Amino acid sequence: MNLHEYQAKDILRTYGIPIPPGEIATSPAQVEAIAAKIGAAVMVKAQVHAGGRGKAGGVKFCKDAATAREKATAILGMKIKELTVEKVLVTKAEDIGTEAYVGIIVDRKTKKAVFMVSAAGGIDIEEVAATTPEKILYHPVDPRYGLQPFEAQQMGFFLYGDAKQARAAAKIMLQLWTAFVATGCSLAEINPLVVTPAGEVIAVDAKMVIDDNELDRLPAVAALRDESSEAPSEVDARKANLTFIKLDGNVGCVVNGAGLAMATMDLVKYYGGEPANFLDIGGSSNPEKVVNALRIITADPSVKAILFNIFGGITRTDDVANGIVTATKANPLKVPIVIRLTGTNEELAMKILKDNGFSASSDMDEAVQQAVALAKGGKAA
Amino acid sequence: MSVFIDRNTKLVVQGITGRDGSFHTKQMIEYGTQVVAGVTPGKGGQKFEGTVPIFNTVADAVKATGANTSVIYVPPQFAADAMMEAAAAGVKLVVCITEGVPVLDMTRVYPYVKETGARLVGPNCPGLITPGESKVGIIPGRICTPGNVGVVSRSGTLTYEVVYQLTRAGIGQTTCVGIGGDPINGTNFIDALEAFERDPKTRAVAMMGEIGGTDEQEAADFVKHHMKKPVVGFIAGQTAPPGRRMGHAGAIISGSAGTAAEKIDAFKSAGMGVAQRPKDFVQLIQERLK
Repeated sequence: MNLHEYQAKDILRTYGIPIPPGEIATSPAQVEAIAAKIGAAVMVKAQVHAGGRGKAGGVKFCKDAATAREKATAILGMKIKELTVEKVLVTKAEDIGTEAYVGIIVDRKTKKAVFMVSAAGGIDIEEVAATTPEKILYHPVDPRYGLQPFEAQQMGFFLYGDAKQARAAAKIMLQLWTAFVATGCSLAEINPLVVTPAGEVIAVDAKMVIDDNELDRLPAVAALRDESSEAPSEVDARKANLTFIKLDGNVGCVVNGAGLAMATMDLVKYYGGEPANFLDIGGSSNPEKVVNALRIITADPSVKAILFNIFGGITRTDDVANGIVTATKANPLKVPIVIRLTGTNEELAMKILKDNGFSASSDMDEAVQQAVALAKGGKAA
Repeated sequence: MSVFIDRNTKLVVQGITGRDGSFHTKQMIEYGTQVVAGVTPGKGGQKFEGTVPIFNTVADAVKATGANTSVIYVPPQFAADAMMEAAAAGVKLVVCITEGVPVLDMTRVYPYVKETGARLVGPNCPGLITPGESKVGIIPGRICTPGNVGVVSRSGTLTYEVVYQLTRAGIGQTTCVGIGGDPINGTNFIDALEAFERDPKTRAVAMMGEIGGTDEQEAADFVKHHMKKPVVGFIAGQTAPPGRRMGHAGAIISGSAGTAAEKIDAFKSAGMGVAQRPKDFVQLIQERLK
């Protein structure tokens, strides 16, 4: 789960990290009031889950409250990568001396959380990694002890020659580490970490990504989810305990298991079609999940054919068959459906489907080819 | 022969009285696995299905029964502790089926288990099966048949699909190992490939990877430099959009690392066979067994 910049900053502030004052606003009038309260030049920053906000015109410098109101009028309601801007962060504009990067990610290779720090901040760290990798220091943290002060200090001195600044940065890194663990992050970054002309070290932008598997035990963090910034179909799917990602094609896919779901999408493409979505109904056998899956898929007008691909292990295929029958009785399908079922209770499932006027195949390639042909307006092979 | 599990595997089931644990314990017993003990704290002294003794702790279970392998079906918030408990009790192979284990938990579990010398498989995996001998986890027994192909995969149902197609074509398996789809897992592709290379009965290996990370690229490098046996690979997620998590926490492409194209290129340059579809495994493996 991604947090907005303002949410990440609110969290990091509670851990003591120095962050310029700022507040969230949803209307130009609010923006003006916050800017007046700050009483200095401000930045108005669009709060959407998309990179490249600045390039898209979603981040503006405003010399006073009146300008802030004017710029906010343009930013609120604009679209950045298909996401409508509904909130802006109004924050004090800081004078910038130098910009550094400080981030923590969970690294698959070392199987540890790893600090990445670089004096070349303010830009995309991937770009720094690609062009000047020697400018990045990587520091894996031993999970048994956590980040130690001397380690933070080593990184601080990698960033800054000035001892006062190095120590200030070290303190921020220790605070960031504590926040990272307590908030269940898979990524946390401060970019840029700024040294002001007065020599103060402050975090001017922040990003946090929460490990979805942490949300059950961190209800306060889970409550930060902003559903208005997600596709409605994905919100709906998550509530039904389904993993759903909308794509651009027209073959709606319902599959059990993430690997098989990806392989099914790939096979749709292999046979000349385009998948409309990734949808994993997971391992449990629950007819209700199938009903929800069908509801979500059929709500997408671009779907021209529906493909079920179920390999029953834990999932009982008769439960899936019952789900299909229940769902289509309540809401008759307007597009053709192709069903592939095999595995646990396959004979029973086939009988249920046949008794209710559906046909099903046990071969994955056959089913995918049929669905692709139907989506193109052709007849089933 | 086989890898990691065989008919001498003596299994303790952690979470044996839970919904998933009890269902799959019955299936494992039915398959012929030696299930010697179960663990549910507070239910020590009872018996599962009137036959399998239940203990309060893994240490008690190991002491009383000599269990050498553990399988874990506990809820995600208890899984990290369960893995460490099994390793601390002296179990040599710990298999964690549980899905949804926080990755920061795994940063602690991984070094802990490693220091005890135990092997961890998973979490978020379907487990292992040595057809005709033993099954630890949830892979459906009837889709497998004994033979001489090793199978290793990051996914569950995709593994079933490939194994099913192999079995239907008369190609049996030595052992199928599901290593799981999480970013931090115990056993990786290289560990399994190394075991298959050493196993005298295994003559070829089928390997199913996914987008995300660089495990498959490193595995390809291992195949190139350290394996004489032929390996056929497949990558799921060739059409997945970058930056999106595809169900498996591990299946996310970030930047240039972890795309399907990159992994397939690595397979090709290692001289591996590349299956474009799951069904292609049949022909590619057949050619390599001749």
